[in-house]
Amino acid sequence: MNLAHGSYFLLGGYVGLTTAARTKSFALALLSGSLAVALIGLGMERFFLRRLTRQSLPQVLLTMGFALVFQDLALLVWGGDPYNIAVPAFLAQSVQAGPVFVNFYRLFIIGVAFAVGVVLWLFLERTRAGASIRATVDDAEMAQGVGINVPLLSAGVFALGAFLAALGGVVGAGFIGVYPGLDFEVLPYAFVVVIIGGLGSFHGVVVGSLVVGLLDNFGKALFPELSYFTLFAPMALILALKPTGLFGKR
Amino acid sequence: MRSACAVAVLFASILGTGFAARGEASAKGPINVGLLVPETGPLAANGKDMINAMKLFLEQRQNKLGGRPVTLVIEDDAGVPATGLTKARSLIDGNRIHVLVGPLSAAVGYAIAPYVTEKKFPTLFPIVSSEDLTQRKRSEYIIRTGWTSAQPSHPFGKYAYDTLHYKKIAMIGYDFSFGWEVAAGFQRTFEDAGGQIVQKLWSPLGTADYGPYLAQLKRDVDAVYAIFSGADALRFAKQYADAGLKGKLPLIGGGTFTDEHVLRTMGDESVGIVTALHYSAVVDTPANKKFAEAYQAKYSQVPSYYSEGTYVSCLALEKALESVGGDVDDREKLVAALRKVDLGSAPRGPIKIDSYGNPVENVYVRKVEKVNGKLQNTVVHTFPSVSQFWTYKPEEFLKNPVYSRDFPPCTHCQK
Repeated sequence: MNLAHGSYFLLGGYVGLTTAARTKSFALALLSGSLAVALIGLGMERFFLRRLTRQSLPQVLLTMGFALVFQDLALLVWGGDPYNIAVPAFLAQSVQAGPVFVNFYRLFIIGVAFAVGVVLWLFLERTRAGASIRATVDDAEMAQGVGINVPLLSAGVFALGAFLAALGGVVGAGFIGVYPGLDFEVLPYAFVVVIIGGLGSFHGVVVGSLVVGLLDNFGKALFPELSYFTLFAPMALILALKPTGLFGKR
Repeated sequence: MRSACAVAVLFASILGTGFAARGEASAKGPINVGLLVPETGPLAANGKDMINAMKLFLEQRQNKLGGRPVTLVIEDDAGVPATGLTKARSLIDGNRIHVLVGPLSAAVGYAIAPYVTEKKFPTLFPIVSSEDLTQRKRSEYIIRTGWTSAQPSHPFGKYAYDTLHYKKIAMIGYDFSFGWEVAAGFQRTFEDAGGQIVQKLWSPLGTADYGPYLAQLKRDVDAVYAIFSGADALRFAKQYADAGLKGKLPLIGGGTFTDEHVLRTMGDESVGIVTALHYSAVVDTPANKKFAEAYQAKYSQVPSYYSEGTYVSCLALEKALESVGGDVDDREKLVAALRKVDLGSAPRGPIKIDSYGNPVENVYVRKVEKVNGKLQNTVVHTFPSVSQFWTYKPEEFLKNPVYSRDFPPCTHCQK
C-alpha cells in the first residue's frame, strides 16, 4: 500500500512541466518526468521500504510521510500556482463530428492508457519476468525458493509503478493541470480502482478503472448533486458483497 | 502536516524607539501584527500573494505604523479550519499580537470568527467573502477590507442584461457557499432586470474533468456564467474551449474566475471572458499604478486580488492607528477606529467601511484581453460606491435568507 503514489503523479507532472518549458518538447517531458520519478521510486524502495517487507502498517506510515515531504518540496520548488503543460499543437485541436466536439488530447489520453494496458498485460502474461512477478505476488517465499531474485524484482516493479504514475502525471498535466493538492486528489481514484478490482489482480485493475471511470462520469452527468457519492457508493457496495474486490484472491 | 511556520521579525530602527518626542505610544515597543494565511496545501500560492503584499507594505513604510515599529508574525493555517483556529489562538494568546489580519479561506474565517469575537479582538478580513460575516452573523470585531461574494455580482447581473443584452443565461459553479453566493447575487439582479437563469449546475471543488458538465450545459442560451478560481478556473476555461464552446457561447463569470492569481498561468482560451470584481491589476488609479509597479518590481509578478486585499488591510490599519495615536492596547478604541476607516485612494479606488463592517467600493466589469503579449483584466465599466446590499435596503435585504443553492429559487430552470 503506497500512499506516495499520488505524489509520483504530481512530481511527474512538475518535472514534465519544467522540461516542456525548457525544451519545448512534449515527448522529452513525458520521458524525463517518468524516468526522474522512477529513480525516486527506486531509491525509496531500496533504502526505506525494503526494510519493511510484509509490514503493511509501517509501510503505510512511511509512504504517507514521503507523500507529505514530496508535497512540501514541490511547493518549495515550483510554487503554488496552477499550471497547464503545453501540449503539441496537433493534439490541442478539436474537431466537430456531428453534434459532438472531439478534443484530440482526450483521444490521446485514451490511446496512451490503452497502450500502457496492452503492454503491461503482454509483459505480465507473456514474458519470463512477468511470470516471476506473478509467482512472487502469489507466494514470495516459494518464488525465492525456486531461484527468483525477489528483492531485485520488487525494486523493479516498484520503479515501474512509479514510472507509470509519473507518466500519467505528465499526460494528465496537459488536461487537468499540475497544482498543489493534485497528489491527494488522484490518490483516492487509484485506491478505489484497486479495491474494486481486487489487490494483486491485473484484470481487476482493468475492470476496476473502467467501472470507476464510467460510473464517475455518468454519475456526474446524470446526478450532478451526487458527484462524490457516485464514486464511493459502488465501492462500498462491491466491498459489502465481495470483500476481496471483483477479482481479488485474498 | 505543516511546514515550519515562518516567523518573520522585521527589524525596527533602534533610534525610533528612543525619541521621547514620538509620544508615549512609541515607548511601549512594537506593534505585533499577526497574519494568518495558508502557506501549505492547495491555497499556498494565494497565501503567498498575501504575505508578499504585507511585506511590501511594511517595507514601504520603513516598518513603522502609527509611529511605532511593527513586528510581523505569520502563521500557516493550511486552509484547514481546525488548524486556523489553533493558530489564531496561538497568535492572540501566545504571540501577544495586537491585531489579526487574515485568513484566506472562508471555512477558516467562520472557524475563527466566534473566537475573535469572544476575545473582542481587532480582526481584519482581507479576502474571506462569506456574506453572513458582515450580515446576519456579523461581529463587532471583524472588519472586512475585501468584499462580500455577491457584492460585484449585483451590479454585474444588471450590466449583463442592460449592456450585454443577454436574456437567457446558464450557470455553472462551485458547489459550496462561495459559488452559490456569487451566482445568487448575479441571478437576483439579472432576473430583477428581466433576464432568465435557465440552468444552474454545481461541480465540486477540484473537479478534474468538466466534460460531463459541459455536455449538459444548455446551448440555447445567450451566455454561460461560471464561478471558479485557481486550478479549477484554469481547467474549466481550457476545457470549455476544447469542447468547442469558446466563440460560440460567450463566457462570463465571477471575478475570481479570471483574477490575476490564475490569469498568470492561463492561455489564450481566457481571452474575451467578462467578469466583475472590486479589483483588477490594471485599474487606472494613481495608487494602483504605484502599488502594481512596486509589486511587479519586487516579486516579478502582477498582484492578484489576494495581494491587493491584504495591502488594503494594511492601509486601513495604518489609518486607524494614526487616528488612535498608535495606541493598540485599547482594543475597543482600535476597533471603533477601524470601523470608521475611509480611504480616499486605495489601489482599487475609494473605500468606506459601512456600519456592518464591509467596504463600500467600486465594482469593475473587466474583460480579459491580451495587451503586449500579456493577459490582463481590462476594465470596461465601473460601478462606483457599491455597497454589499447593492440598491436594496439593508433591513429588507437581511430579512431574506442568506444566498444559497436554493435562494433565490431558480424559477426558470427546467428539468
